[in-house]
Amino acid sequence: MRLEYFQLIDRIVELKLADQTIRTEAQVPAASTIFEGHFPGFPLMPGVLLIEAMAQTSGWLLIAVTKFTRMPFFVSVKEAKLRTFVTPGQRLALSAKLLHEGSGFAVTKADIRCDDKTVCAAEIIFRLMQFPSPEFRANMEKMAAILEFPIGALADA
Amino acid sequence: MTDQAYTTSTFDTVAKIISETCDIPLDKINPESHAINDLGIDSLDFLDIAFAIDKAFGIKMPLEQWTQDVNDGKATTEQYFQLNNLCTRIDELVAAKGA
Repeated sequence: MRLEYFQLIDRIVELKLADQTIRTEAQVPAASTIFEGHFPGFPLMPGVLLIEAMAQTSGWLLIAVTKFTRMPFFVSVKEAKLRTFVTPGQRLALSAKLLHEGSGFAVTKADIRCDDKTVCAAEIIFRLMQFPSPEFRANMEKMAAILEFPIGALADA
Repeated sequence: MTDQAYTTSTFDTVAKIISETCDIPLDKINPESHAINDLGIDSLDFLDIAFAIDKAFGIKMPLEQWTQDVNDGKATTEQYFQLNNLCTRIDELVAAKGA
């Protein structure tokens, strides 16, 4: 994770287009100014950032499903459950599944596991839109490379 | 009395979805209601409704195409978002799926 860049996942571990699923991983940093405020003397990964991590995981799945023709924008989260605390330094395993691809929108179900226990889960809705500009798309392609997005899987699908 | 182009069960399902999603009393929802102008459903709530309708009927409503048609002046919002017309289109999509 690079919290200061709002990068909540480190790597795409597995993308299964046939199953419409994705798995990613993330290491919560050992130190961050966020933990100084949330909370002093009792550092916890904020739940909203865990939800964002699930949204980013889902987003890469949707970029894959739409073969880099649509940009998913997070618009709604439902049934979000934060089951236990996440603390600095913990390693997270994230996954998402496409529940529905509608016209101009998509719905995913995502969760995060830590030490083999479900930490949180949610159903997330995205608008699927054209990339706002070629530069925007180029930046997403750069981020895809950083996250080891398996671009070859799109050609095979 | 005018001919009804949609099936009553389709309207009942759509009305129930709208009522539950947007917390609108069922008796305020009728076939002539316009989802946006009369019921005040905004685009974000309409995504929830579209998801529920797609799921309930096993279809994919072509919302992007409908929006494009309205923006291009090829159709009015009434043609897609007045509930009797919406239900007619849902029935057409269900029929096309089974064809």
